[in-house]
Amino acid sequence: MAQAFAATRPRAARRLRSPYSPSPSGAVLSYAVLGFWAIVVLFPIFWIFVTSFKLPIHVLDGPVYLPFIDFQPSGHAWRYIFVDLRNDTLRPFINTVVVALTSSVLALALGTAAAYGLLRFPYRPRLGAILLLLGAAGLAAVAVAAGVPWVPAVLAAAILFLVLRRWAGQRIGRSFGNDDIAFWMISQRILPPVAVVIPIYVMFQRLHLLDTQLALIITYMTVNLPIVVWLMRDYFRQISIELEESAAIDGASPFRIFLSIVLPLSTPGLVATFLLVLVFSWNEYLLALFLTSANAQTLPLSIAAQNATRGPQWWYMSVLILIMITPVIAMAIALERYIARGLLVGAIKG
Amino acid sequence: MLKVRARSGAGPVGPVPLLRVGGAGTWMERQARSLFLMPAVAMLVALSIFPLCVSLYLSLTRLQFVPGGFRLPFVGLANYRKLIFGIERVHFLGVLAALSPLFWLLFAVVATGLLVFVIRSLRAPESGARGLAGRVFFAAVAGLLVWLLLRALTPGGRPGSLFVTLIYVIVGIAVQYWLGLALAFLASQDLAGRRFFRVVFLLPMMITPVGIAYTFRILFDLGKGPFAPLWQALGLAEVSWVNFPWGARAAVMIGDIWQWTPFMFIVLLAALESLPAELLEAAQVDGASRWQMFWKVMWPQILPVSSTVILIRLIEAFKIIDLPNVLTNGGPGTATESLTLHAFMAWRTLDIGGSAAVAYMLMFLVTFSATAYISFVHRRVAEAA
Repeated sequence: MAQAFAATRPRAARRLRSPYSPSPSGAVLSYAVLGFWAIVVLFPIFWIFVTSFKLPIHVLDGPVYLPFIDFQPSGHAWRYIFVDLRNDTLRPFINTVVVALTSSVLALALGTAAAYGLLRFPYRPRLGAILLLLGAAGLAAVAVAAGVPWVPAVLAAAILFLVLRRWAGQRIGRSFGNDDIAFWMISQRILPPVAVVIPIYVMFQRLHLLDTQLALIITYMTVNLPIVVWLMRDYFRQISIELEESAAIDGASPFRIFLSIVLPLSTPGLVATFLLVLVFSWNEYLLALFLTSANAQTLPLSIAAQNATRGPQWWYMSVLILIMITPVIAMAIALERYIARGLLVGAIKG
Repeated sequence: MLKVRARSGAGPVGPVPLLRVGGAGTWMERQARSLFLMPAVAMLVALSIFPLCVSLYLSLTRLQFVPGGFRLPFVGLANYRKLIFGIERVHFLGVLAALSPLFWLLFAVVATGLLVFVIRSLRAPESGARGLAGRVFFAAVAGLLVWLLLRALTPGGRPGSLFVTLIYVIVGIAVQYWLGLALAFLASQDLAGRRFFRVVFLLPMMITPVGIAYTFRILFDLGKGPFAPLWQALGLAEVSWVNFPWGARAAVMIGDIWQWTPFMFIVLLAALESLPAELLEAAQVDGASRWQMFWKVMWPQILPVSSTVILIRLIEAFKIIDLPNVLTNGGPGTATESLTLHAFMAWRTLDIGGSAAVAYMLMFLVTFSATAYISFVHRRVAEAA
């Protein structure tokens, strides 16, 4: 099985021009379009870079473009962020790294598993069981609100649910399918954060988790789960099922098939999804604003804080934006090579 | 909670049953199904039910300060009534003018389209009574929305936050998808330096939205931004574009497109790169041109992913807030205000109930759009693939 995954391209196909290489005129056109969009993308980033070396007067008196030619660059903003604010920059930076990486990895772990489950196994949640779960959760919430400590309340609700679920499932037997579960998951992203920040704040306050990295990790992971599930379900769908079936016939367990066949075969999708959720948690602002105050603050808050009473401090913001994107760019450069075809060509034939 | 049935005859959309249920194997293997799905479900349930119920309750109350604290008296549907009929109507729906003849014609075209859509399901008996009811409901709501939208866009009318949001979503997604698809296709070719483009194209997504909003604020500034000489040459330096509602909306949309095209790009690129090479080589042997190969072979293969990424962006785009907030502060007037910003502004003035009501209206709208999209587009695309 191992050599089946070796990156070997069928030799016969080499003689033809690869289906991926454009004709000369096509290449010129491609470069024109790609180059145009690269300029569109890079210009604002160039502007951020230049602004980070400007004195306030250079920004506020109308545009100057090129350091050393148009204006004398100054390191004052960099000095302020790195020297004056030292720990107030470093702490949010570390928080951002820890929170974003942990929550994305966890979201990917739980989300890919759920996506695979939804694609390959039929689930039939019963309406009765769902109602019972809602009822138990509601009872627990009421009990906590009334002053019962939350550990016994949640435990009691869980026991209630486990004892009664078979009975409830039989009483109200209407069941749902996998598509309903998937839709329910994505629907969790519909409510705008403005509407849910207060309840989430209250929740973490009850758990005594306010202003901790854990609160942000849990929140971001959960918020990102639906995206992982939906994207990975489609990437898994692209894999041909014969491979999994033959492994199942050989006696491989579902976990083994998932870990050693399905996941490696969907590396490009996995990497793309990881980058997406990483970036989402890396940049999240509103939830971080509510759930943290000093210890667990993240970098987006530092950037927004530069819009002080004296108006937006463009130069400090620019430095912080540059600090923020550098690690993610490094990550993207490191991972981009895995968004590539042919990593596993020949697997099917093996 | 999750009961498992062996080998259902589901098609390609539903699960493809792969493994026998129960039988021999360790306890772990027998629980495999639950173990795959349950952790994700448990997390989502734990973090979603409580906020959902609380914000629903808040939308039915009004915050009052009383000596020593505050109260949240129950006011029924007053917050919603205010949005649709009361003092917030202009803010939420906009100024609705009488339709001009041209807009009447437009509405007639849309209405005919919706009617045809319903009638066609009468001809196809397999969809059943529930399918028909769903289509009638969809056509009625969509017709009402289009009717109100046209009245707001007609000369003399003014779109409120509901329709401004819809415009952001529709224009934004259309541009982002086609642009992202074109770039993903071009960057998937064997070109020297393509790694450079692939990394560069991801950059906008990596900047925090608040940062992007401030960056575009300086970029669009007519006096201090990099394009100031251009505006001066055009004689526009003294007039602020912020005075033109459509100019301000265009600025927000440009920022949004710049920021979110990478999302489409990376997802579609990964989908293109995971296409089986055998498929393309076979098409090439058959003599397909590159143009045909893309539209007849590659694009149909990545349609399911396309449809999913559009759905995700659809849901996310409705929540746009940072750009209009920082760029224009919702102005001029409320011309660029999105629903989330509307909710945020209400929330900042301590109208907690009104804010939650706007958020719930947004939720109805997104749920309606997403459900319609899933049942009329997504499911069909997934079935065809």
